[in-house]
Formats: sequence, C-alpha cells, structure tokens
Amino acid sequence: MSGLSIDKLSMRFDLPNGGSVQALKDISLNLKAGELMSVLGPSGCGKTTLLNIVAGFLAPTEGKMELNEKQISGPDADRGMVFQQGALFEWMSVRENVGFGPSMKRMPKADKAEIVDHLLDVVGLQDFKEKAVYELSGGMQQRVALARCLANDPDVILMDEPLGALDALTREKMQGLVLKLWKETGKTIILITHSVEEALLLGERLIVMAPRPGRIHKEYRLPFAEMGVDADLREVKKHPDFAVKREEILEMIWDMEEEIMGRTEESK
Amino acid sequence: MIPLILYVAIFVAAFFVVRMVSEGRGTKDYISLKTVTFGDESAVRPNRAASIISVLSIFFMWATFTGSTLIPSFLHMPGPFEGTTTFNYTVENAAGEQDDATVTVLVRPQGEDAVKPEVEAGDGFAKNDTAIVNKWGTKVIVVQGNDDAKKADGAKVVAINGEPVVARTTVVVDGGSVTLTDKGTPNFKAKTGWQMAPLYLPPPEKVWARTLEIANEGYRNFSLWEHVGYSLFRVVVGFLFGAIIGIPLGYAMGLSNWFRGWFDPIVEFMRPVPPLALIPLIIIWFGIGETGKIILLFLAALWIMAIAARSGVSGVNIAKVHAAYSLGASKPQIMRHVIIPNSLPEIFTGARVAMGVCWGTVVAAELVAASQGAGMMIMVAAKFQQTDIVVMGIIMIGVIGFGIDLLMRWAEKILVPWKGKS
Repeated sequence: MSGLSIDKLSMRFDLPNGGSVQALKDISLNLKAGELMSVLGPSGCGKTTLLNIVAGFLAPTEGKMELNEKQISGPDADRGMVFQQGALFEWMSVRENVGFGPSMKRMPKADKAEIVDHLLDVVGLQDFKEKAVYELSGGMQQRVALARCLANDPDVILMDEPLGALDALTREKMQGLVLKLWKETGKTIILITHSVEEALLLGERLIVMAPRPGRIHKEYRLPFAEMGVDADLREVKKHPDFAVKREEILEMIWDMEEEIMGRTEESK
Repeated sequence: MIPLILYVAIFVAAFFVVRMVSEGRGTKDYISLKTVTFGDESAVRPNRAASIISVLSIFFMWATFTGSTLIPSFLHMPGPFEGTTTFNYTVENAAGEQDDATVTVLVRPQGEDAVKPEVEAGDGFAKNDTAIVNKWGTKVIVVQGNDDAKKADGAKVVAINGEPVVARTTVVVDGGSVTLTDKGTPNFKAKTGWQMAPLYLPPPEKVWARTLEIANEGYRNFSLWEHVGYSLFRVVVGFLFGAIIGIPLGYAMGLSNWFRGWFDPIVEFMRPVPPLALIPLIIIWFGIGETGKIILLFLAALWIMAIAARSGVSGVNIAKVHAAYSLGASKPQIMRHVIIPNSLPEIFTGARVAMGVCWGTVVAAELVAASQGAGMMIMVAAKFQQTDIVVMGIIMIGVIGFGIDLLMRWAEKILVPWKGKS
C-alpha cells in the first residue's frame, strides 16, 4: 500500500532530574497517498514531536513507521518539511533557495532551472527570483519555503505551523495557495496548526490530539478542503457545518486546556 | 588641571555655538521629528559638527600647550621665560655689614649657543654675577664665588631683591624664582609658564617633521615602512595561522561531542590568559626572533577564532539544518551549504576582534624585544628621550589599528551581506 503508515508509535524520554516524560503514546495512523491531514491540539500535546518523528529528526521509542512500505529511519528527501519561519538560507537568493534540493542531487543545471522557474510561477515570485530572501516579506518567505519543498518532489510534505507567523490577510491567501498546491501536485500533506479554522479548511482529515500523554483524541473526515479548492475560502467558512464543527472542536480543546490547568493546580 | 578646564570650556562653548548656528537647520527626516529622544537610543546620532570640533580641539590643545607655530602666538598658553633677567642679593659679612649685587641671568633654549652677558663687577664686597639657564631649567648660582666677602669667612646671603631669606625660602623674581639652598646659595628656577617642554610633549609640527624625516631616512637601520611592515607582517601571519587552525578546531568543537569535551577545558583555560602574559615564556622557548612573535600572535588569534567558529556553528537555527536534511543534503553538503555560510558572520566578528588583539599584542611584544617594528621604534625612542618619535609612533599605531578594523568591516559587508538578517 502506498502512503504513510504509523503503527503504535510511542515516545518516552528521561529528564535530567530523574523523571521521564511520555510525549506520545500508541499513535496509529494511515495516510493514503494524496491525503491532506491537519493536526490540532493544545500546546504540549506532542504535535511537533510527532511531526519531527515522521520527518526522521527524532527516533520513537516504540512503534513502526513506513512510507511506501519502506521503514523510516532518518530524514530523507522523500519527506519535505515547511517550517514556521527562519528555515530559509539567507546567504542564497530566492532562486538558489528553491533550487537547493535539486542542487544537492546534482541535477543538471537546465533541468533545475526549469523546475525553479515553474515553481516560482506557481507561487507568484517570478519577479523576486534574484532577490535575497531577507528582502522579502514574511508571506513571500513562506512561499519560497513551499516552493523549495516542492522543488524536491517529496512524497509527503510536513508542515509545522507554516502560516503561524503571518498576518490574518496573508494567511488567508496562503491557505488558498496550500489548497491549490495540494490539488495540483497530489502530494500527501500533514499540517500542524493552532488555528481551528485553518485545520478545518485545510484538512481532508483532521485529528485532534490530547496531551499527557500525547495521543489521538478524535478524528474527523471533512469536506471543506475539497470545497475550498474551487470556491472562495470565505464562502466555505459560511457553510453551516463549518460553524458547528468549529464550535465542537473548540469546546473539545477548551475542555482539555481546563483539564491541564486543573491538574497543574492539584499538583501544586 | 588647566588643560582639563580648558577642554571642558571648549566642549561647552562648542555645544552652545553649534546649537545656535544650526538652529532651525538640518534635514527634516523621520528621526528629527521624534519628540522622545532621551532614552530612545535609535534617536541618538553622532553630531558630525561635534566630531569635527572634537578632533580639531585635540590638536588645538596640543598646539596651544606646546607653543606650536601652527597657531598664532596669541592663542598660546603663557610660555616659559626666555631672555635676560636680573635679581639682587644681599650679603652680610662676619662684621655685620651688608652689600648688594646684581645677578644677570640669560634664559635660553637648551642646546642653543649663548654668550654669557658681560657685566661690571660693581663696587662693595659683593660683586655682580652672570649665569646661563636653560628654558624650563634650574641652576644653582654660586653668587659668592667672586665676592670679596667669602663664605668661609662667615659671609652669607641674607636677602633676595630686598626680601630677607633663610635656607629653603623662595622669592619670586622677574622671569623665575630664587630659592636659597641648604648651603645658602641661590638656586634660580626659570619660569615655566603653562606650556609643556618638548621633552614631555613636542609640538605637532615637530612630530610631523620627524615623521617626514624618518619616512625619508629611516630609523635604526630600517625605514619607517619596514618597521610598520614588519609589525603588519607578524600580525597577518600570526592571525592566518590562528585562523587556519582555530576555525576548523571551532567547527569540530561545534559538531562533535568528543572534540567539544576534549578541547573545552583547554580553550576555556587559554582564552582568559592575556597573550602578553605568554611573552616571557615565548621568549624563553623561542628567543626574541620572528618565530617567537608569530607563535605569540598565533596563540592570541587561535582561541578567539576557535570560539567564534564554535559559536557560529551553535548559532545555526536548527530548522535550517533540518530543512537541508529533508531536502536530501548529505553531511558534507550540510557543512558546505549551511553550517559554513551560517557561521561566517560570527567568524568575521571573531576575526575583527582577533586582528585588534593581535595588533595590540605585536606592539607589546616589540616593546619587549625586537630589532624592527612599530613597538620597537617607540621603545627605543623613549630610551633616547625622542618624545616626538614616541608620539608619532603612538599615532601611527592607532591609525593602523583603526585602518585594520575599517578594512575588516568593509570585507564583512562585501562577503557576508546576510549578517544579522536571519
């Protein structure tokens, strides 16, 4: 079966003071190729840890992960990553940043230039090709990051709050761009976010994680991403189901937050 | 005290004058419209007029307190007395009789030929005297040497210019002061004024003339450029060796547990040891030749460069490294395309510090022992009391040090334009 399969993944690590933390417990997931999944949860629920394990930056203490029936054991070009910010190489121009992956593979110059040109067109940065990345605005920088990731043609794209640092308007535009890219490229995408709306809009599937230990609390299958591909995202938000789901998930996360607060209070 | 008061006065006066002149002028840029400037560091910009006046006033102070010919003489501070002056002394002989005589003193610049003024011997048992005294100098004038009433007979000086004196009393006379020594002989001290003797601080034009002279003729068998060149050569070679060893060492410390653990104690111990403290050991081991100096500068630069490279590596945003790995980069590619470019700004900062330290160290090392170099030049000149060469050397060392720093900053701007932009 092609796609990403995660089986009973757990992660537990020791603290310097002798205690230990169960960051993730028994996470099982199956993602088919081309699926778009968003991950929500209160802070500290292990979303980023999960993503880092899938990316191969962290080793789980238990469980198995396979991508296209191949064991995941470290970072590789088949899983691209888009970070919140600060991951662009500021000593390179926009063009060089986007072409980084192909360069590492020693792809012929002409092929590389073609890919870079195409992707810069897709993300609308053709005019900024030779600029230094630090001359761009935050939204433009994230477009470069997206293009850089796509240039490497990964099977899975992992996004760690890629739009978290953007202002509301830019964010909305970028959400549209993510959907467009998803549909056009057919990539499998896992997107971590703090925003319930974003998770609903950009998640064909949505999982809500609960903390202590980090685990999957609830899973949804949603129609909004599919709707958003063609329609205006603001129209999608006006959908009656959207508001219902939003309230439901917000309620759920609030309960978790309150539980955490309560527990901390008790332990005091 | 007087120079300080004058300096403060110039500072304050310049402030008010510049403010009055520039009132309502100047650019109307954004910062000039800020009302809160006290406490807003970004609104504090160096006043260019102040900088110019500051430099000029240092030269003015230098000129006015050395009687420089660069400024008109009415701007000079009161100078030392020069010329001929006289004072009277009164001798009382054993019989209690008194007689006056005049001492004529010629005060002339040191080293200048002068003819003793001719005077009449005069009448009475005290005879007139003459003496030649250096500017800023003193002289014990044996006034009774030619008198009829000899000291051995019990005659002694009892008054100067009519003022009764005993041993160690001082009387102010024209062009100086006279103090009676313990043995009863007048000691004439020429009036010094507020200016400094060239021995302590030569005027600017003398320093400039000496600079030209040394530039043309050299000093101690080496031309000025050879002296400076030797110093620079030592700095550059020592620094390069330090960078060649130090940067890879720093990278290794930033990338490997074992290297970090092994070299941490060494680097952390050696870093706070001032390179100057190593000079004696270096001289014992390597002598005073070129090798010793270059090794000293190598050691001065090594730790700074190692620490700069190490912090350059640890300063890499982990997201960049993760991004590069998931874009398929191998370890050598990460090194070449992420870690090295990312650490360059830190390495440049380290290089600037290291060059500064090396320049300071080479001068100090040359002060101790060398046969050529900027430090050696001022040290030898000081031994021969050639203050003008000392002053010239200090200014030159400062200018070159500043030049090195400017050069490094310029290189930094060209080579690492992304510094501070992440």
